[in-house]
Amino acid sequence: MASGLMLEETELRLGLPGGGAGELAEVAVIRSSGKRGFLETIDLKLKLQTPAESKESESTEQGNKATDPHEKPPAPKEQAVGWPPVRSFRKNILNVQQQSESKNKEEQSDKAAAAAAAAFVKVSMDGAPYLRKVDLKTYKSYQELSTALQKMFSSFATSGNYGSEQGVSVRDFMNGAGKVTALVINGSEYVTTYEDKDGDWMLVGDVPWEMFVDSCKRLRVMKGSEVVGLAPTAMEKRKNRG
Amino acid sequence: MVGRFRWAAMFPDEVWEHVFSFLTSDADRNAAALVCRNWNRIERRSRKRVFVGNCYSVAPTVAVRLFPEVRAAVIKGKPHFADFNLVPSDWGGGAEAWVEAMAEGWPNLEELRFKRMVVSDDCLDLIARSFKNFKVLSLVSCDGFSTSGLAAIAANCRNLRELNLRESEVEETCLNWISHFPESCTSLVALDIACLEGEVNASILERLISRCSNIMTLRLNHSVPLERLVGLLQRAPQLMDLGTGKFSARHNPQLFSRLESAIAGCKNLRNLSGFWEPGLTYLPAVYSICEGLTSLNLNYATIQNPELVKLISRCKNLRRLLVMDLIEDSGLVAVASSCKLLQELRVFPSDPYDAAEPVSLTEQGLVAVSAGCPMLHSVLYFCRQMTNAALLTVAKNRPNLTCFRLCIIEPRTPDYVTQEPLDTGFSAIVESCKDLRRLSVSGLLTDLVFKSIGASANYLEMLSIAFAGDGDMGLHYILSGCKNLRKLEIRDCPFGDKPLLQNASKLETMRSLWMSSCSVTLGACRQLARAMPRLNVEVINESGRGPLVAQPDNCPVEKLYIYRTIAGPRTDTPQCVWTI
Repeated sequence: MASGLMLEETELRLGLPGGGAGELAEVAVIRSSGKRGFLETIDLKLKLQTPAESKESESTEQGNKATDPHEKPPAPKEQAVGWPPVRSFRKNILNVQQQSESKNKEEQSDKAAAAAAAAFVKVSMDGAPYLRKVDLKTYKSYQELSTALQKMFSSFATSGNYGSEQGVSVRDFMNGAGKVTALVINGSEYVTTYEDKDGDWMLVGDVPWEMFVDSCKRLRVMKGSEVVGLAPTAMEKRKNRG
Repeated sequence: MVGRFRWAAMFPDEVWEHVFSFLTSDADRNAAALVCRNWNRIERRSRKRVFVGNCYSVAPTVAVRLFPEVRAAVIKGKPHFADFNLVPSDWGGGAEAWVEAMAEGWPNLEELRFKRMVVSDDCLDLIARSFKNFKVLSLVSCDGFSTSGLAAIAANCRNLRELNLRESEVEETCLNWISHFPESCTSLVALDIACLEGEVNASILERLISRCSNIMTLRLNHSVPLERLVGLLQRAPQLMDLGTGKFSARHNPQLFSRLESAIAGCKNLRNLSGFWEPGLTYLPAVYSICEGLTSLNLNYATIQNPELVKLISRCKNLRRLLVMDLIEDSGLVAVASSCKLLQELRVFPSDPYDAAEPVSLTEQGLVAVSAGCPMLHSVLYFCRQMTNAALLTVAKNRPNLTCFRLCIIEPRTPDYVTQEPLDTGFSAIVESCKDLRRLSVSGLLTDLVFKSIGASANYLEMLSIAFAGDGDMGLHYILSGCKNLRKLEIRDCPFGDKPLLQNASKLETMRSLWMSSCSVTLGACRQLARAMPRLNVEVINESGRGPLVAQPDNCPVEKLYIYRTIAGPRTDTPQCVWTI
């Protein structure tokens, strides 16, 4: 189960799900593909730095109950039959509408279907307890996307969770391969990264917009300090592949 | 007594019948029927509408004989938890016995409404042929039939006014069943085919709608494209209730303006639903009629903010809103300030199985609506976190709640701030909302909350409990309290034999009790069945351990369904169900 996650390499001595560091292990376990060693490093570091947020993001901490819902096998998470109490019709509807989202990485989404339907991707921001979803098809450029992200997280940043805010602005900075758009929130620099079809995490802005929309599976706004020097750019990735 | 008897005989039966015809509610007619034997006889012989909440509570032939003049019947079948796949598919709820009895004894039947029943094509065929003046067929959450059965209805029911298939599962065997409505059919007033999975021929539908000038309700399925919706609306501008088909298309300004004006032409539109696979570009086409809407159902529409809020904020006269949690807290804050007449709110989960990625809908949205909408009395809310403080605030803001169904998606979730159980929160709800009729609880709960519910929820009729309680006392509090409890459904709770046996007589005052994955044993069921002959005690064991007759008393019961009946044990139980 957890053996592919290289937990020993991070020297964090985390337990398996249900055995202690509940939310950390669960986060690592859900991203169970071996490809994302980099992400786990980032995730684990960040989670350790902000222990307060882990309490918010996991609403299932409990003392008394014998059946610990954390004692579940890794993805897909086991569900009790008929829970939550929604009609199976609802599950089918959402599956149909999410086909172009390709949550399952092994699925090859039909190109035509992907072109016609929406491209919902999840957007997470480090330190935020909630994820959002955006439809990439509604934007025509990186600029539009970053404006939307800016709006999304400014409303979040001023929601009271972060004390005195300075708000959100967008800044460009140069990394090794070229210009990268960075959201600046509350004074710390956040950078937008995305997970592509191969499961690698890339900086947003490297490839032409249409190519980005086709290959982006999810977005992540992370602290700039964690990103520099770690995320391969699209160019480096192509080079390495030969 | 003698005086009263003479008094009743003062007038001929027809006069009393006429008087009773002014009693519109079933409860009132039931009350009149209990006054004396004469009234009982006169009332039931003149009763036109009958409601059977549990199809197995009375034999169909008996019901038909007792009420010979019935024109409209409502029959309900499977337990509510069948909606969530907890009831085996072959459990029962078949409609044949009822339809056969009705065809025999109620030839003048005009309206038939089934809910959670298994209705075969043969049943539909029999309905189509047996009732000369048949007007209304409503099959809600039903299954067992196909479009061939619908074709028979369409072809033979000359005066059909309403065909409603809400949330039913229909097999597609007859491709063009809509074409079976004859050219002479002009009587349709309501057509709800939103649940159909297959193609519906839009041209035939258009012709049908054109000749039914009284059509008021039209709920399409996903197969009807936006382009065809325009034509339908142009032919039925008098529509009050519209369920759109697919609500997206390639960007086309001409289509947009045609759609916009077609919708604007429907000046009587009050209910709006559908929005299958919605695209954002076409949403503004409905803006013109938003202000007139009293009901908006977006519970399958994956529209997000800000477009979602933009749409809903325009609906200033909304009484009823069904929406997905994509509306988020911020959207509900907007609802609280825009929709001041809101009475009913239902928020469904967009991603019910993906617990790792929550949407930004929390207890705050619920609190906002409870504060801003003074007429809010019915709530169904799916979320991932809750606090006692929020529930206390809701209870304080909205003592007029009649229906409060809260589903915190992860079982046994505590107050996320204090880590305590949510007992105090739910207790506040039942203590403050004195008219509460329906309650669903969730999250981490001890027996204490059931003590409050048992003591305070005096008008509660339906209670749903899951993953809650500490032991037998929890169930005992409920069964020994809750004076008006009719339906109790419980799953995955540590409730055992004792409270059932201690409160056996309570079960006869209720319509039904469902318990699954609890701690009930076969022995208790046997005892209960022996003590209460007017209850059917059905044990459902699907794990195939061998016939239940041979099992010992301490054998655990997987699923238990107990209901009162005057019909005795039913004869159509499948292998996995045993009436003790």
